[in-house]
Amino acid sequence: MKKHPTKEDILEAIENQPKISKITVLSCLLAVNSKYHYIPKIAVEEIANYTGKTTNDVWGVASFYTNFRFTPPGKATLDVCWGPSCHLQGSQDLLKNVHDLLGIDHEGETADGKITLRYSTCLGACSQGPVFAIDHKLYGKANIKKIEKEISEI
Amino acid sequence: MFEQILNNANQKWNELNSSSNIWIRIGYGASGQAAGADDVFNEFNKLANNNKNISVSFVGSMGLSYAEPLVDFTYANGLRIFYNNVDKEKAKLIYDSHVNNNQINNDLVFGQIVTNNSQPISGVPQIDKEKPLSLTKRIATENCGNISPTDINQYIANGGYEALNRALNDLDPEKTLNMVKDSGLRGRGGAAFSTGVKWSFLANNSSDKKYVLVNCEEGDPGAFNDKGILENDPHMLLEGLILCGYATGSSNGHIFIRDGHEIPIENSRKAIQQAYDLNLLGNNILGTGFNFDVEVSLTGDSYVAGEETALMEAIEGKRSMPRFKPPFPAVSGLWGKPSNINNVKTLSYVPFIVKNGSESYKNIGSETSSGTAIVCLSGHIKRPGMYEIEMGMTINDLLLNIGGGSSTDKEIKLLQTGGPLGGVLGSSEFDVKIDFDDMAKAGAILGSGGIIVGDESTDVVDLVRNLVAFNQFESCGKCFPCRLGNTHMLDILNRICNSRPNDNDMEVIKKIGNSMKTGSLCGHGQLGYNPISSAVKYFKDEFDNALNANHPIDDKQIDTMILPTRTRP
Repeated sequence: MKKHPTKEDILEAIENQPKISKITVLSCLLAVNSKYHYIPKIAVEEIANYTGKTTNDVWGVASFYTNFRFTPPGKATLDVCWGPSCHLQGSQDLLKNVHDLLGIDHEGETADGKITLRYSTCLGACSQGPVFAIDHKLYGKANIKKIEKEISEI
Repeated sequence: MFEQILNNANQKWNELNSSSNIWIRIGYGASGQAAGADDVFNEFNKLANNNKNISVSFVGSMGLSYAEPLVDFTYANGLRIFYNNVDKEKAKLIYDSHVNNNQINNDLVFGQIVTNNSQPISGVPQIDKEKPLSLTKRIATENCGNISPTDINQYIANGGYEALNRALNDLDPEKTLNMVKDSGLRGRGGAAFSTGVKWSFLANNSSDKKYVLVNCEEGDPGAFNDKGILENDPHMLLEGLILCGYATGSSNGHIFIRDGHEIPIENSRKAIQQAYDLNLLGNNILGTGFNFDVEVSLTGDSYVAGEETALMEAIEGKRSMPRFKPPFPAVSGLWGKPSNINNVKTLSYVPFIVKNGSESYKNIGSETSSGTAIVCLSGHIKRPGMYEIEMGMTINDLLLNIGGGSSTDKEIKLLQTGGPLGGVLGSSEFDVKIDFDDMAKAGAILGSGGIIVGDESTDVVDLVRNLVAFNQFESCGKCFPCRLGNTHMLDILNRICNSRPNDNDMEVIKKIGNSMKTGSLCGHGQLGYNPISSAVKYFKDEFDNALNANHPIDDKQIDTMILPTRTRP
């Protein structure tokens, strides 16, 4: 079981974010998220301290953007696109097959904690649709066999 | 000062072209990555290991997604031989032919491009002289596929930053702005407003701090040309942005991208750093006294963040919800300071305009829509990809001659254009010209240039349900007509798709649509009825069929789409 980040870990992530002219609540959340792939409760408090906002302010921003989550994700995150371009190329059927493959019927973690499934609105490679991504790496012309193969290598 | 930079870049470019016998270049971007370009790159690197005569690198994508991974063998004499849909196995065969046997692999070759007076090889198609590339008109995407997106010297050696040098030394800000105004350039983000006029609002504001923002949020499914430009040639955008800053008297630029799109983010950051290193950004640019800084601003997942005032909220680190207008951004924008927002594509035309003059741009395209459209084809089309075409080409020409027609054995039935708030266009309108006004007259929006193609098998009502589901999921929630209206419309469409309509469903949807139009702050709610109304216009019979079906089933049996359950509390 991986250790949850400490206060110091969070501060380090905040301070090492790419240089920008004004550090904001959102830029801190993105920095924590890109390092730990979720927003621990302690990060909300630390970001509030760091930016001089309230924890309410930080929760407000964190809960708005749908890429943030508040519990640790699985070992790898599988995004499957359901946007209109992939939809026309059969993404709903593909998602049903993914459900069967992973043994879940919704977004979230598999029983073994290996995969987090997310439905993505657009991954930006529509010309290769249907598209899926594993930890942001894109794969095109998706079918269930291809997804199965990539997942087996995790 | 620029002369020295240019000489240095030219020298490096010549060295690159002549230092090895063969330069193997693999087109890269989101599409290339999805097609497996990384594996191909690694394979060629392995094969060419220790061979000093061969160099291997990534290059921007030419936009021919259907041919990716697309590999380009560039010879020192300027001959370029291309191979399409390369995988590891093909890579070995091609490498063996070229390097070990010094000949083209005729079984696998895709085509050639002849440059620098090299001699064409007979029997191999010249891809720049054949469809689809021969029908494109590349201005903003001129360099795509020809240079590395992460090397400023390659951009400069191919005419880059010449426009900036010209503007800073020979034109004052007002003249630069007038050039853009006179060119007829209109915004490519959706509203199609005159770019020069928009800039003048900001230029006329005498505030000490002004911002120019580039919108690369690009959440529209089916559109990937903004990210495409940053993936393939980020300096084209950056030069356009610096020119915008100069023309409007601004000191700071932000490139706004959604987190997670690694390639455009990385390429933009590298481009900015390289421009600083050559004093094309920063203080006293090229010794002319002009100061300008640029940074990348990231946002989380939120489609509405692409709305101009919501975008500023996101840069300020808040929930990306639209602001009331007025005040308009040119009066009070980012951090309360006057600001201008342009789309990536819009700014990427500016270097061409400043370098060649406004007439040269105005002469391209149609009467009211000058220049080109950068369209993205996806869905049931034989040659999906990103193409820059002259405004005024008919949809039919685009679909048949560039797209190659349907990718299935069925005819093309419809297009979905302008993003999920855009429209559905029936085949009766395929003789419409692609420009802002003709497309709008037909009830579709050219918008960001995303064109999703559907063949005869497409269930229109189901497609519309998908679009409304997207809009429902992405509503920021600020205005209740949008938040609740989309939810209500999706419920009704779910019933209709399950043959369980009510008699007055379409009237109710229309009423909701009208309330959304009048009661929402931004386009997300105002245009929410568009996908339904446009689809009904062309496919009324399909809606009628669905509305006349009646198979009462239990509510629990209604088959809803598989959709995210995440919400924005």
